[in-house]
Amino acid sequence: MTAIYSIIAGPLMWAVFAVFVIGCIWRVASLAWTARKKDIAVYEYWSNRYAARSIAHWIVPFRSQSMRQNPATTTASFVFHITAIVTPLFLSAHILLFDEAFGISWPALPNAIADAFTILAIVSLAFLVGRRILVPGVRYLTTWGDFALLALVALPFVTGFWAYHLMPGAGWATILHILSGQALLVAIPFTRLSHMLLFFFMRGYIGSEFGGVRKAQDW
Amino acid sequence: MKSPGDWEAGKRQIADLSLWKETFSYMEEPYAAPDGETLAAVVQTGEMEFSVCVNGQPWEAVFDKAWYPRFTPDGRLTALVSQEQQWTLAVDGVAWESGFDFAWNTQFAANGQGLAVFAQEGGEYKMALDGNGWEEGFSDMGDGALAPDGSACAAVVQVTSFSEGDIFTFKKGCYTVAVNGTAWEQAFVNCWTPVFSQDGKSVATQVRVNLYDYTVAVDGKPWDATFPCVWEPLFVPGSTSVVAPVKTPKGWTLARDGKPCWSSFFVQLLRQRFAPDNKTVAAVCAPKYGRWTVAIDGNPWKSTFDEAVWDVVFSPNSKRVAATAKDNGKWTVVCDGKAWDEKFDMVFAPVFSPDSGRVAARAIVNGKQALFVDGKMVAQDFSRAFDPVFGPQSDRLLIKGIKDEANRLVYSREVLVL
Amino acid sequence: MSQVIAKQSKPLPDAGLDKGVEGLTPEKIAKTLQAMLKAEGGARLAAYVNTCAHCGLCAQACHFCLSHDMDPAYSPAGKVKNTIAQVVKKKGKVDAGFIREAARIAYTECNLCKRCAMYCPFGVDVAYLMLVMRRMCHKLGVTPQYIQDTAHSHSVTANQMWVKQDEWVDTLFWQEEEAREEFEGLRIPLEKEGAQIMYSVIGPEPKFRAQLIYQAAALFHAAGLDWTMPATPGWDNSDMAMYTGDNEIMGRIKRAHYETAMRLRVQKIVMGECGHAFRSVHDMGNRWLGYKSSPVQVVHALEFYWELLRDGKLKLAKKYEKPVTLHDPCNVVRGRGLHEMARDVVRASCQTFIEMTPNREHNYCCAAGGGVINCGPPHKPTRVAGNRVKAEQLFRAKADGAQVVIAPCHNCHGGLEDIIHSYGLNLELKFLGDILYECMEKP
Repeated sequence: MTAIYSIIAGPLMWAVFAVFVIGCIWRVASLAWTARKKDIAVYEYWSNRYAARSIAHWIVPFRSQSMRQNPATTTASFVFHITAIVTPLFLSAHILLFDEAFGISWPALPNAIADAFTILAIVSLAFLVGRRILVPGVRYLTTWGDFALLALVALPFVTGFWAYHLMPGAGWATILHILSGQALLVAIPFTRLSHMLLFFFMRGYIGSEFGGVRKAQDW
Repeated sequence: MKSPGDWEAGKRQIADLSLWKETFSYMEEPYAAPDGETLAAVVQTGEMEFSVCVNGQPWEAVFDKAWYPRFTPDGRLTALVSQEQQWTLAVDGVAWESGFDFAWNTQFAANGQGLAVFAQEGGEYKMALDGNGWEEGFSDMGDGALAPDGSACAAVVQVTSFSEGDIFTFKKGCYTVAVNGTAWEQAFVNCWTPVFSQDGKSVATQVRVNLYDYTVAVDGKPWDATFPCVWEPLFVPGSTSVVAPVKTPKGWTLARDGKPCWSSFFVQLLRQRFAPDNKTVAAVCAPKYGRWTVAIDGNPWKSTFDEAVWDVVFSPNSKRVAATAKDNGKWTVVCDGKAWDEKFDMVFAPVFSPDSGRVAARAIVNGKQALFVDGKMVAQDFSRAFDPVFGPQSDRLLIKGIKDEANRLVYSREVLVL
Repeated sequence: MSQVIAKQSKPLPDAGLDKGVEGLTPEKIAKTLQAMLKAEGGARLAAYVNTCAHCGLCAQACHFCLSHDMDPAYSPAGKVKNTIAQVVKKKGKVDAGFIREAARIAYTECNLCKRCAMYCPFGVDVAYLMLVMRRMCHKLGVTPQYIQDTAHSHSVTANQMWVKQDEWVDTLFWQEEEAREEFEGLRIPLEKEGAQIMYSVIGPEPKFRAQLIYQAAALFHAAGLDWTMPATPGWDNSDMAMYTGDNEIMGRIKRAHYETAMRLRVQKIVMGECGHAFRSVHDMGNRWLGYKSSPVQVVHALEFYWELLRDGKLKLAKKYEKPVTLHDPCNVVRGRGLHEMARDVVRASCQTFIEMTPNREHNYCCAAGGGVINCGPPHKPTRVAGNRVKAEQLFRAKADGAQVVIAPCHNCHGGLEDIIHSYGLNLELKFLGDILYECMEKP
C-alpha cells in the first residue's frame, strides 16, 4: 500500500497537475484561437465592464431572476460550488502536503468546518442527482455522462470523509481518494466540468452583448 | 463634363426664393444646374396642378404631379410628370410624347446625352430610352443601367412568372437581363446591378446561379468560377474584361474574369472604380472587422475609419484618391489616406480640381451646409448648397447655394478666386 | 415521454420542408454539414454545446415550454438536444428525417427571443444555436415554404412582400395625397438628398398597412423634421433572410438599406415599429458586412417618439382614454433596452397604463418573432398553442382593466392578434404610432 501511495502521491501527482494545468490552458487557448478565426464578435463586442457586471450578477446567490425562481436548486448549487472549491483548497491535510512538497502554505479551515463542508458538498450533490432523476425537464436532458461526472465529483468527497473518519478500510479509501481527486482534475479541462473555466468567458461574452450592444440586463 | 460658362470672379443672385414661396402655395426643395445659372423646384401652380419653376418662372406645361426634378450632366432639366394618369419624363418643360402607367428612376448617361426611365404599362415593366419604350415588357424589373454614351439601356427582368409562394419554380431561375428590351437566353435565380462597358456594347451583371453560388455573367454568359458571394461588376475601361469583388474562403478580394486578381484579402470589399488612366483600381475595403479604408490596387491605406467609407474619387491625373469616411459618428474627407481635420455631420462626394491639386467638398454642420477646399472652409451658412465646381485653371471655385440674406431666402452663384 | 415524442413526430405539412428533404441522402447531408461546421462552426458553437450542464433552468424562460406544461421537448436545452447538439455530436452524420424534424423545431418552435439566455447560468445563447441550425437547413434546402418565399422576395426586390418598384412609389404618393386632405402642404419627400432623416419601413406597410406610413408622415410633418424616403429599392429595413439562414442575402439587403441611406446623405435612419428589422439593421446584418455597428445611425420608432416628446417637437392635444397595457417586443427590449422609453411615451400619451407581468427584459415573446409567423399558416397552430402563457398574461392584464394592448412591433402585432382571437381575449391591439397619431396636436 505504501508503494502504491508513494507512486500516486509522487510521480502520478506531478503528471496529474501537469495534465490539469496544460489541459486547462489548452482548453481556453484553443477556444480563444477558434473564436479569433470564426467568432470575431467575441473579441469585438467584449466589454470588461459589462462582462464584470454580468459575472457579478451570476456569481452572487439570488441576484438573477432565474435563481430567485428556483430557491432550492440555487441553494444546493451554491452550497455545492462553494464547498467543492473551498474544502479541498483549504483543507489542513492538503495544505500540509503542499507545504511538504513546495514549502508553501496558507491558513487552513478548522477540521470540523472542513468536515461539515464535506457533508454539505455530498448532500448538495445528492440534491442535484435527485433533481436529475426526479424533475422531468432535467431528466429529459440528462445523459449517462452527466451521472458519471456527478459520481466523479462526489467520489473524492466521499472517500475523503471516509478516510478522515478512519472508517473501516480507511487506508484504501485514502488511495481511492487521491486517485478520484486526480481523475477529477484530469477530467476538468476535457469534459463539461470545463464550465469551471469557461463560465467566466461565456458569461462575460453574453454580458458584453447584452450590456454593450443590446443595452439590456441579462439576469 | 465641360466647365460651366462664366468664370468671372464675384457673386450673382439668381433667384429670390422668398418670392417663389410668396408666389406658389407649395414648393419643394430646389435643384441647381451644373453651371449654377439655373435653379429649379417643383411648385404648385393651381388646384391639383403642379409644374417646375425655373429661375422664378414655371414651365408652361402643368401636370397633375411632378417629381424628381434633376439636371442632366449637360444642364438640361428633367422631371417625372403625370397628366391624366399617364406618366412620363419632361425635359426642359416638354414631356416625352410617349406615356406610361407609371414612370420612375430617371437614368442619366455620363455624357449627358441619353435619358432613360423605368416604366410600367398594363402591369408590364420596361425601360424607355429617350422616350422610346421597349417593345415588349416583362412581369417585373429590377436594377437597370444606361450605357455611358446613352446609346443603350439594360435591366434585370423576370422571364418566367410564378405565383407568390412558389419557391420551386423560383429556384429554377426566373430572372435575366434584358438589353434594349431583348432578354438574354440564360436565366438565373437572381441578377443584380447590370453595368455597361464603355462602348455600350457589353453588359455584365451579378448573378446567383442557385441559392448558394454567386458569380458574374457577361453578355449572358456566367464566369466559370462561382463564389459564396459577389458584388457589383465593372468593366475594365476600353475592354470586355470585367472586375468584381468576390468572397473566397480567405476573405473578399477583387476578381477579373472569374479569377482573383489581387493578392490581398479583406473582411469586405465594395464599390471599386477605375482611375481615368483605366489602369488603377480603387475600392472601399475593410482590412479588419469594423475598420474601413480605401484599397488602391489591393493596397489599403494605413489610416482606417471605424464606421464607413463611402465615396471614392480619383483625381484627373489618376495619381490621387479622395474618399469620404465616417469615424466616431462624424464624416470627413480623406485624401491619399490623410483625413481632413474638419469633421462633419454629413459630407458629399469630394471634387478634384482639373490639375488634381485641390479637393473641394460640400458638408453639413449643425444643419447648415458649407463648402471646404483642402480641409479649409471657403463658404458657409447655406440652408442648401450644391456641389462645387472648379474652374478650368483650377484657381477658381464655383459656389452654388441658398442663403438667408436680410430675411430673404436667396440663391446665388459665386465664383471664388482661390 | 413517449407521448412527447409522438407529439413531436406528428408531421405538419409544409411543402418547403417536405419537398426539401426529398432526395437528401445521408452522404449529401454529411458533406454539407461537415463543410459548414468546418467553415462556420466556431468557438461559440463548441462552448455552448459542450458546456451546457443540462440543468434545465432554461425551461422556465421559454414560452413554448411554459405553454406546454413544461414539456421538456420545448425547453431551450431540449430543442438544442434534438437539433444542433446531435449534428455536432454525430459530426453531421444525420438522416433526412432528422433534418426535417430539426428544421421544424428550429424554424417554428423557437422565436430566437433570447429570453433563455437570461435564465441560463452560463448565458448559453440558444437563439444563436437555433440560427446555426437554420443556416444548416438553408444550406440543405430544407426551409419552410412561406418564409423561404419571403427570402426570395428579399433577394429579388430588396423587400419582403414582392412589392414592385412602382407600387412602392405609388403607395407613397397615395398616402401623401390622402394626408394632404388632413394636413395642408404635407409632403412625403422622396429622394431628398441631404435630408437629416431617412424614414424606412417594412414590406407589409405599403402592402397592407399603408395607414402607418400616413401616420408617420403626419408625425414628421407636425414635428417639422427634415426627412426623406427613398424611391428605390432599399426602403425596406426588414430581413427574413436573416431568419432562414441565408446570411448572404441578409448582407445584401442590409447593404442596400445602408447604402440607400448613404446615397441620400442622411444623418440617420428612423425606422417604423418593427422589431426584427431593428435587430437586423443594428445587430446582425451589419456584422455580416463587417460593420461593427450600423454605418448610419439607426433610431427605432420608440426612441424616435420619445425624442420628439422630450424635445417638445410633438405636442399632444389629449391623452388616449382607454386603459392600455404594453407588450415589450424582444428585439427592441432585450435587443436594445428601449423599454423605459416605451413606457415614458405610453404614460405621456395614455390616461391609464396597466403593466402586464413579467415585463421589460423578462417579457414573454409574442411567439410570432424570429420568423415563426413568416413560416405561414401551416405553423400557426404551433405558435398559438405555444403561447398559452402570453394569453394568460394578457388575460390578467385585462382582468386588471386593460382594454387595449400596445405592441410596438409588426410581428408582435401579427402574433398577438392570433392569440387574442384564438383565446377569445377580446382586446384591442394598437401600435404606439396609432395612439400618438390619435392624440397629437394636428397643425
